[in-house]
Amino acid sequence: MKVLLFLLQKEFRQIFRDPTILRIIFAMPIIQLLVLPWAADYEMKNINISVADHDHSPYSQRLISKITASGYFILKDYTASYQQSLADVEKDEADLILEIPESFEKKLVKENKAPLFIAVNAINGVKASLGAAYLASIIQDFNNGVRAEWIQIPRFSPEFHIEVASSNRFNPLQDYKYFMVPGILVLLVTLVGTFLTSSNIVKEKEAGTIEQINVTPIKKYQFILGKLIPFWLLGMVVLAIGLGISRVFYGIISLGSLWVIFGFAAVYLLAILGLGLLISTYCATQQQAMLISFFLMMIFILLGGLYTSIDSMPHWAQLITKVNPVTYFIEVMRMVVLKGSGFSDVKNQLLIVFGFAVFLNGWAVISYRKRS
Amino acid sequence: MKQFFSFVKKEFYHILRDKRTMLILLGMPIVQIIIFGFALTNEVKNAKIAVLDNSKDLATVAIIQQIKASGYFDIEKNISGGDDINTAFKEGKIKMVMVFPQDFNKDLHHFNKATVQLIADASDPNVANTLTNYATAIIMNYQKRITNDLALPYTINTEIRMLYNPQLEGAYSFVPGVMAMVLMLVCTMMTAITIAREKETGTMEVLLVSPVMPLKIVIAKAVPYLLISIINIGSILLLSVYVLNVPINGSLLLLIGASILFTLTSLALGLLISSVTDSQRTAMFIALIGLFLPTVMLSGFMFPIENMPWPLRLFSNIVPAKWFYTIVKTVMIKGVGFSMIWKEVLLLAGMMTFFLALSIKTFKIRLA
Repeated sequence: MKVLLFLLQKEFRQIFRDPTILRIIFAMPIIQLLVLPWAADYEMKNINISVADHDHSPYSQRLISKITASGYFILKDYTASYQQSLADVEKDEADLILEIPESFEKKLVKENKAPLFIAVNAINGVKASLGAAYLASIIQDFNNGVRAEWIQIPRFSPEFHIEVASSNRFNPLQDYKYFMVPGILVLLVTLVGTFLTSSNIVKEKEAGTIEQINVTPIKKYQFILGKLIPFWLLGMVVLAIGLGISRVFYGIISLGSLWVIFGFAAVYLLAILGLGLLISTYCATQQQAMLISFFLMMIFILLGGLYTSIDSMPHWAQLITKVNPVTYFIEVMRMVVLKGSGFSDVKNQLLIVFGFAVFLNGWAVISYRKRS
Repeated sequence: MKQFFSFVKKEFYHILRDKRTMLILLGMPIVQIIIFGFALTNEVKNAKIAVLDNSKDLATVAIIQQIKASGYFDIEKNISGGDDINTAFKEGKIKMVMVFPQDFNKDLHHFNKATVQLIADASDPNVANTLTNYATAIIMNYQKRITNDLALPYTINTEIRMLYNPQLEGAYSFVPGVMAMVLMLVCTMMTAITIAREKETGTMEVLLVSPVMPLKIVIAKAVPYLLISIINIGSILLLSVYVLNVPINGSLLLLIGASILFTLTSLALGLLISSVTDSQRTAMFIALIGLFLPTVMLSGFMFPIENMPWPLRLFSNIVPAKWFYTIVKTVMIKGVGFSMIWKEVLLLAGMMTFFLALSIKTFKIRLA
């Protein structure tokens, strides 16, 4: 016990005397939490549109002002031909082209129908289909308006009409930040856990100081615990800072109890620190350790369901998400913060992550050798 | 010159003898292309939903049938009461509940009007929106079918054309992004770390007292990474053409030229980082937080820049990857020539010169 306390004292001194680490620990959550949630927003607004108007009629003007008034579109260019509008798209200055053909108004009034052409830059498929759908619904609306000016609509509409009433649970304002922030907190805790642990032990290897520890009577488990405990505490501190920031800046208050979050994080951190330890036992240089942790983190985070939904992944990728501790913590975080789930709702995830912790740490302890 | 080449040779040995690092440096683009190509999609498929059908008549059965057949939804269960909705959501499995009121079909045919209620789990607003849109489209389709195509007067027919990517493949937008990410990572992070490593282990001291010009030492460090990057560009392009079927519509030469320009910009940035740090860990974190995250977040490949608040939009202009991403998209997929991208190329070249000049100016030939 006394040996362990000395080791802990040493680790804490090392950490607190290295200003970069401290800066990283405190700056990272703040920067990431202040920037990421704003960037990660898929809701489309400000779509740049270039209109090629061959008609120049009151109707075409009204349509254009209706489009710009919707708030989704910005009229980037108003050209005389499709070619000119296409050049806007090629230069990446516009995403959408609306072509209003000649005598659009005349045809609509005299012939009862008129065509309109939309061309979308579809390199980003999701963005393109959303943008086109918005524009089509605005045109539909415009169409209904025109129709209402010319004919009297009967009281009972002659067509069948199914009304779709949609409502949103748990995040009624559809604020994307409520969804992203809990996920980003997980990202932070994970980054601190793996990078700091793995590079810390390898640094001792590189500097040769591990040799000194190896020749002392310090036991294997004491050494490993001495490394784990400080980073475990730091991880919890980062989580607490992160929760504080999300409360102050985004007004996100967890619906569920903080005990559940910290309780789960305590177990989760053990698993992640175990991963860091494991990486460090297999690496000889910091460069290797960082690159390997980066590589694994990238896969874990991309496949952890932070940005895209796991349900829409193919089967093999879903299998990977099952052996990915990050997935479970993101899931639990969102359940607790947004839906107020309690310990009983997350007990399965807790058990699985505990399994990871035992497995990874066990492996790390077994493969750590006191001689090189 | 001979000195220079022997230094380049030394750097190559450093990299070639570290098998793990090598493997990751060359394997990274392949893994990323596979993950982005096959696993990550913003489309929603097989979303689990529940149905509360109070009416169980012709119309509701037909609509449920179509929902099932669409492939977007998996009907996980049929529930029978309002309380079940809450428990279904709490367990976290169900993404949406569809509620049909009593006498749905009757209302539809007598009053020409009936209501369906969609309750979505909006903890992920994207998924909630997409699901509501899909379901609405399917219901509207049904409505259209039962309406006897009444020809309404004064109709605007809207024709929509998808340019460049008519099948709306996700790969078209992320291949350029993966290129930017991998090049940035290999060049900036690796150069910064290797130089910091020489400082940390003390070998930099040895190099600096040798008769070789310090600048040559540093440039020799960058050469192997330039080569690795060129190999990576090749493997990304091959994979995207032959595995993901993303065509190269524009000039290959222009594309490779632009990639090399971006690689050089990243290398210059790496040099700059290494000249202001002296520990590997700091170099790594600056590269990771200062460069890699902005590359992912603000280059426009994962998240649309137009949606961001103005400070971020403004900041995105100094992220080199944003300009490179635009160039690759324009040349590779739109297939247009140099005349459309000269502005971006000029900007990248300017950034490169600036970073290079700055790093030469701050490069210290004496260690503290």
